[in-house]
Amino acid sequence: MHIKVNEKGVSVADKSTLYEVREQHMANADVVIYNGFQTTADKDLKEADEIVLIKKGEIPDKSVIETLMMARHTPGVFKKLKSSVVGIAGVGGLGSNVAVALARSGVGTLVIADFDIVEPSNLNRQAYFIEHLGYSKVEALKKLLLQINPFVKVVSHQVRITADNALDVFESVDVLVEAFDQAESKAELVNTALTSMPDKHIVAGSGMAGYFSSNDIVTKQKFKKLYVVGDETNEAKVGSGLMAPRVNVAAGHQSNMVLRILLGQLTP
Amino acid sequence: MIVNGEQMNFESDLTVDGLLDELDLVSDRVVVEINMDIVDKNQYASRILDQRDTIEIVGFVGGG
Repeated sequence: MHIKVNEKGVSVADKSTLYEVREQHMANADVVIYNGFQTTADKDLKEADEIVLIKKGEIPDKSVIETLMMARHTPGVFKKLKSSVVGIAGVGGLGSNVAVALARSGVGTLVIADFDIVEPSNLNRQAYFIEHLGYSKVEALKKLLLQINPFVKVVSHQVRITADNALDVFESVDVLVEAFDQAESKAELVNTALTSMPDKHIVAGSGMAGYFSSNDIVTKQKFKKLYVVGDETNEAKVGSGLMAPRVNVAAGHQSNMVLRILLGQLTP
Repeated sequence: MIVNGEQMNFESDLTVDGLLDELDLVSDRVVVEINMDIVDKNQYASRILDQRDTIEIVGFVGGG
């Protein structure tokens, strides 16, 4: 029968077991992933099984590193994500963390846009490091993303997104993430996208300030093409700041909704 | 008319802007859909609502 070992098609005898294949291909492997699930027990193999073998501490060859990175994905998911393009408008608290999650997930192309530069008050919730201070957010994020996943293509635009340029910047994307800070900017982008790019799904954020319950942050489908993540109430304002945990909860909701849309699951 | 799933009654000749005022919403922070179509912001002052319209309004709050 035919199976895949570290993405390479191989023929093995019928009734082979997982550990027999490990013995033949990488006897010293200490991580064994069977159809997306890390396992510590031997198993009978069947046709088309996918096995990934990893030796901890070894830097693998670049030709297999992407397969090893995505080995814990649900089978079949990676190919779809690899060919997908996601736009992220604003790469502050929401956008930078959405980008990290999507890069880790293996989304093939990320189109990121932000006019701003990284400054110290960003570090309480945004994905940046001290070394990024003073760099443009899109430049810093591109460097950071490529350190996580060198196989993601990052297209960056250092520009303030408005009704006038949104279509130019995001025309090629499959799904658009609204990740701005100002309520007016959010509404402007969503209005523009829904009218000038009516085929695209938009995943927006609204209400994730403070340290209110995480469980108030939800994903709702508002219109056919519009999803809104947040509690829709708690805005950033005098006396109510933005902090990493709730911003990350919201970014997690947004990035998961993006994956769901890309994989054909349109319910929130 | 139905606004965000609730039956509402207003005096005649209410515009989108008028409805947003009634609901205490700021027009720069919302997206409005009437009968499943997005309403262009430039039409908020002129578009008269019909009592058979189904209106969905999504408001945004700041932070991100």
